[in-house]
Amino acid sequence: MNNYLATSNDLPTLIVVGNGMVGHHCVEQLVARGAGERYQIHVFGEEPLRAYDRVHLSEYFGGRDAESLALGELALYHTQNVHLHLGTPVVEIDREHKAVITRNGRMTYDHLVLATGSYPFVPPIEGAEGNSRLVYRTLEDLDLIRAAAKGAVRGVVVGGGLLGLEAANALKSLGLEAHVVEFAPRLMPVQLDDQGGAALKAQIESMGVQVHLSKATGSITAGEIYRYRMNFAGEDFLETDLIVFSAGIRPQDALARQSGLGLGPRGGIAIDNACLTSDPSIHAIGECAAWNGGIFGLVAPGYQMARAVAASLCSEDAEAFTGADMSTKLKLLGVDVGSIGDAHGATPGSRSYRFIDEAKSSYRRLVVSADGKTALGAVLVGDNSYYDTLLQYVQNGIALPADPAGLILPRGEAAPALGVDALPATATICSCHNVSKAAICSAIDEGCSDLAGIKSCTKAGTGCGGCSALLKQVFEHELTARGVEVDKSLCEHFAHTRQELYHLVRVEGVETFEELLAKHGKGHVGCDICKPAVGSILASCWNRPIMNPSLVPLQDTNDTFMANMQKNGTYSVVPRIPGGEITPDKLIAIGAVAKKYDLYTKITGGQRIDLFGAQLHELPDIWGELIEAGFETGHAYGKSLRTVKSCVGSTWCRYGVQDSVGMALRLEDRYKGLRSPHKIKFAVSGCTRECAEAQSKDVGVIATENGWNLYLCGNGGMRPRHAELFATDLDDETLIRYIDRFLMFYIRTADKLQRTSVWRESLEGGLEYLKAVVIEDSLSIGDELEEQMQMVVDRYECEWANALKDPEKLKRFRTFVNDKGSDPDIHFVSERGQRRPATLHELKLVPVTEETA
Amino acid sequence: MNMLAQKTEPMAWQPVCRRDDLVAHSGVVARVGDAQIALFYLPDQAEQPVYALDNRDPKSAANIIGRGIVGQICGDLVIAAPLYKQHFRLKDGSCMEFPEQRLRVWPVRLNGDHVEIADSPV
Repeated sequence: MNNYLATSNDLPTLIVVGNGMVGHHCVEQLVARGAGERYQIHVFGEEPLRAYDRVHLSEYFGGRDAESLALGELALYHTQNVHLHLGTPVVEIDREHKAVITRNGRMTYDHLVLATGSYPFVPPIEGAEGNSRLVYRTLEDLDLIRAAAKGAVRGVVVGGGLLGLEAANALKSLGLEAHVVEFAPRLMPVQLDDQGGAALKAQIESMGVQVHLSKATGSITAGEIYRYRMNFAGEDFLETDLIVFSAGIRPQDALARQSGLGLGPRGGIAIDNACLTSDPSIHAIGECAAWNGGIFGLVAPGYQMARAVAASLCSEDAEAFTGADMSTKLKLLGVDVGSIGDAHGATPGSRSYRFIDEAKSSYRRLVVSADGKTALGAVLVGDNSYYDTLLQYVQNGIALPADPAGLILPRGEAAPALGVDALPATATICSCHNVSKAAICSAIDEGCSDLAGIKSCTKAGTGCGGCSALLKQVFEHELTARGVEVDKSLCEHFAHTRQELYHLVRVEGVETFEELLAKHGKGHVGCDICKPAVGSILASCWNRPIMNPSLVPLQDTNDTFMANMQKNGTYSVVPRIPGGEITPDKLIAIGAVAKKYDLYTKITGGQRIDLFGAQLHELPDIWGELIEAGFETGHAYGKSLRTVKSCVGSTWCRYGVQDSVGMALRLEDRYKGLRSPHKIKFAVSGCTRECAEAQSKDVGVIATENGWNLYLCGNGGMRPRHAELFATDLDDETLIRYIDRFLMFYIRTADKLQRTSVWRESLEGGLEYLKAVVIEDSLSIGDELEEQMQMVVDRYECEWANALKDPEKLKRFRTFVNDKGSDPDIHFVSERGQRRPATLHELKLVPVTEETA
Repeated sequence: MNMLAQKTEPMAWQPVCRRDDLVAHSGVVARVGDAQIALFYLPDQAEQPVYALDNRDPKSAANIIGRGIVGQICGDLVIAAPLYKQHFRLKDGSCMEFPEQRLRVWPVRLNGDHVEIADSPV
């Protein structure tokens, strides 16, 4: 392995030095443009890991691992003629012989792209070393910070810029008392003005991060209470256990210096508008490059350069790089901060509008031209909902309204967003993927008629997602402009809402997807949006076994195989344990099955047991044994009733006033298998102490001395919502009648994948209306709803028992149709006495180096 | 019989399974040597009723493509990957959302009761 062989075929060699965010984006863009057919591409990365997301580095301490921070797909580096060499720094460039030199030898190149990035600048301060001289740039740096934080109480970040505040956030999430020391008289001096900096300081300090401004550290000595003492000018000092420097970046241009490439006046590899260096076969992109003498320390301009270079290397028309917009919108320590264009009002004659809310430490500034006609820049602290509109005004030179102040003043309801018709065709809607308004319009003209289609076709809104609202507005406006009524179509195949489809199915007695599509839809196939939605409606209405041949292709994979697919393609299995009550024999039976099939076993939040790691062809055998032991399917895979959680109630508990387990069993038995717009969870508590946490469920029942209190539309999960008290002191029969009506009314009227909590919030008339419909029967549909529910209840059949009886249905449960073996790519490792999926690292799928053939 | 590939050289076909191993409007998976091939059967598509693509999902690195939902988006027949829901065109394996992801596609035909694929991908 001393010398890389010369390339083995006739393709020219393209070497990319650096596998950071920009280097990675360049490779991505090259591959997308088919560069794999023109070049042998070799990528050299200094770090042992492939490119990862530096922008979200602080999440590493919040639990994200290196793997989840990795950018894009590993598959990119398995593309033909793309070779990734990690942990292999390029130490020298031999321009005369067009070769790079690594510790593994030389490799000649035809084209070279330098994307070596930058390194953190640490000012020369006496006494700064070890834990008093940490930096914040790579995952390795973060590991050092984490190690230093062990046993530490206080941590200081030197530098109050964007990265410094991110670093402070990282220290905070490590449980340290975080301090920020900034040399300038305000935070984020580049992006913010004085008032903006002050508002940000107030917000950050209210979160417990202390800010020290106008402080220059002269030296670091031993501390008295903490480990170090930072000595500022005068007598001033601050003690701390560790110090992280984040005082700016410097371009990593060592290779350029060594090989004699032209440099910028303040460092960085000098590039022209085509990102070419002084050597015509070498490009430089990202933070190592100096365009017009300046370095761009944000990822977006780096991506812009990467795109330009990828295009020109693939002989496509490349857009010249002529500087970049440094506007930025971000959340620092939970605070919205935005800076657009000329944020400081540096343009001669410019004037500013300012809004200051000292109570909420919120600040907005709009900078306009001398004639007041165009917006030049803006500063936002505390609320970035103004950002998109202001950015469009600034970037596209849109004429300002008569009173520009309205753009930054607080508003009652929805944003007085810029009329999207005012945006020119060239306006960038999605900056991550560089999608213009014109591109969206042409996608519409080519037949994309829903938002999902637009996202698929243009990729708009699939990066950071920040443009979603704007994208939706543009899309709906353009549809209206084309005389199309803005529809709430399910997808491109059905111009109906889920609610309308439900009615059509119900009224016309439709029992198959094909019939509904033929009568009310477009095309002959459908898609992964409408098929599961219609499958769910059909099940809610008619409750036929979901494994019937006409229903199978409608189901999401979990419903199709009646199990939950996990990340490695194996399934988890959850037998129903009604009310969380289980006999020792049944527990043993579950244990025996888990042991026999070597399944990872975990108790769920819904008082049942989840068995992980089953392969497709094992599912029928597993279920055969579970059914034999008296279990039924738990529908953990379906948009349907999951569990009815319960406490032990009056049977055992000294406080219990009703038999909560008995009621939970009755409810779970009645509604099991009910398909609905989204999953549904119940709980029953035996007294007001509420041990079953019923108020966080879609349907919560709490015992009283006189019967049951019914709570509806609660939710845990991502957006918690307390259930609302709906009716009090109900007897058993009334309780069930109300729940029948409530559930069927929800199923009838909710949108696709809308939980009861969101449905309830969007219900016109709110809780009072719901009470009128369910309790007072104001729509005279009470009987109908109850009958519909009764039919679903009567037709219940355990789907697994049904499938096991039918060899035709079982044919689907084969990993391979032509081989009885299991999937050879599924690997497990043992952890804490059970097996779990092997990570990519453990599989060594990430090669440290890959040699040319 | 449906000839699907437009190559001039005669290609070698090998049987992988029977027609009734296929599931209408949906997918199954066959193992051919080291490759795992997802077979999708759309009996209503007179032009090409069977498609054969890589079973490996480049995003998750799991072998699951054959378990996705078949659909049609902007005119193209697609398969939605079951874990992260990105769409691949059946005709050429290209991904609608992420151009760097691509599935290999095999020429495939129904020959009587047999499903046959070409010995190498397109």
